[in-house]
Amino acid sequence: MYLDIIITLIKIAIVFGFVLNVAAILSWAERKQSAVMQDRIGANRADVLGFRIFGLFHPIADTIKMLTKEDWVPPAGDAFVHTMAPFLALFTALVVFAVIPFGDTLHIAGRDIPLQIADLNVGILFIVAFGGLGFYSVVLAGWSSENKYSLLGSLRAAAQLISYELALGLSIVGIVMVYGSIELDDIARAQGQYILGFIPYWGIIAQPLGFLLFFTAAVAETKRVPFDLPESESEIIGYFTEYSGMKFGAFWMGEFIEVVAVAGVVTALYFGGWQIPFVNNQGIFFPGLFTIPLPHVLIVLLQVAAFGLKVLFFCWFMLLVRWTLPRFRYDQLMAFGWKFMVPLALLNILVTGLFMYVF
Amino acid sequence: MKIVTQKLTTKESLYFFEIAKGLWITARHFVKNMYFHIAHLYGKYQEVPAAVTIQYPEEKIPVSKRWRGNHRINSRPDGSPRCVACMLCETVCPVQCIHIIAGEHPDPNIEKYPVSFDVDVTRCCWCGMCEEACPVDAIYMDTGKTPEPGYSREDLVYHKEQLLKETPLPNYQRSLNTPGQGPMKANPMGL
Repeated sequence: MYLDIIITLIKIAIVFGFVLNVAAILSWAERKQSAVMQDRIGANRADVLGFRIFGLFHPIADTIKMLTKEDWVPPAGDAFVHTMAPFLALFTALVVFAVIPFGDTLHIAGRDIPLQIADLNVGILFIVAFGGLGFYSVVLAGWSSENKYSLLGSLRAAAQLISYELALGLSIVGIVMVYGSIELDDIARAQGQYILGFIPYWGIIAQPLGFLLFFTAAVAETKRVPFDLPESESEIIGYFTEYSGMKFGAFWMGEFIEVVAVAGVVTALYFGGWQIPFVNNQGIFFPGLFTIPLPHVLIVLLQVAAFGLKVLFFCWFMLLVRWTLPRFRYDQLMAFGWKFMVPLALLNILVTGLFMYVF
Repeated sequence: MKIVTQKLTTKESLYFFEIAKGLWITARHFVKNMYFHIAHLYGKYQEVPAAVTIQYPEEKIPVSKRWRGNHRINSRPDGSPRCVACMLCETVCPVQCIHIIAGEHPDPNIEKYPVSFDVDVTRCCWCGMCEEACPVDAIYMDTGKTPEPGYSREDLVYHKEQLLKETPLPNYQRSLNTPGQGPMKANPMGL
């Protein structure tokens, strides 16, 4: 009993340690990667005792700056809600990782340890629900600021999030139909099958259109370019205009955590979760040809590493998208969401259904 | 106001291919630049730049051979300034950045020398008129340097001792007609 709790706590420490560290490093990686993409060098000046290590001290310097700044609450606003909103943004982004499986079940010392914090049988609904809760932080932040522009910005953001929530949910339906489960662990396991004996049956193979729709909607949910109208720091007055110090920093970090969370969900649903092609629980194999046995613990470690690498790849890819595309205009954003994404998502369900009926 | 709306083609209105094209360009830059950044860490391909950035205080752009930089006072073989405190540069200076206090030189042939010779670079406009006005080629602007930032206005006033220590930029080209160092102008006093 106690051991189970300890094991769960260790898993929480590992997963949230990974997510928070990657999110912090992403704030550095975003500057650095955009610089490299644009033939520049990027942030490299913060140094500790003369050591610069490629500017990796910048996230720490940023945090110290945010923590020591004045924390200003609008006197006419609602102080409690104003303080709660950034926490909600952080919490909803973080908690998504609780249901994402990051490795096969580990058999060690006679115990079966599922490498997933909470094996909920409504995993996908949990993700969608907390993705939907995320926009409360936006609305509350705008409302409690007692600033009409913040309120308008938050309403605009809420409209965007709700529109894309729909496409997000509908695009996942395809995955649920194909793998026949809304439990993320089942989906990850089902992606270990092979079509024709050698093509890994990953979500992207089974649902290519669904993947594109999901990824686009998920980027819109993270409120990043090309869907960054809610914040667009420099041009439009957004919902966190009245925030300063670490509360602003919480929104800022929440965005990066959302990036990691979206990368994790995309990996779990569409890129095989922790599956490595041609590695099963026996070892490396090629269907019908040969099998190289590997020790169980090594395989699980490789799978966890593969999951981490896939998440990092999608973080990289989302930064690439963010620094490549221009922003949508608001009417384009709405038209794209309602007239393009939603019909396509419905069509995707229809086509998936037809395929499943025929084969 | 005239609003021009451009109709997208069918392929463009799908966004997907255009986005893929854009992502390909940025990803290509990323991979290429990362490759050279990593190669530089191992000391390879140093001649290929991975970024166009010049990190200013550590690296500087090489200046042209005829570029007017900070001032410098030429010295005689004995190390004293060539300046004879004739005040021509102080007079010609359009922004009054040169301040000379003249004193009597012990050598009766030379007559005067600058007791102090200050160039206030906060005012200097780098026009080069002092260089042209000088009859004895005492003041040159061939150091190829820009003024370094200072914490007070006094830091940005260059005194005689400082100006004497400066050295010319190698291969400085004084004019188009005389490439290279070029001969000095004739010195009316044979010094």
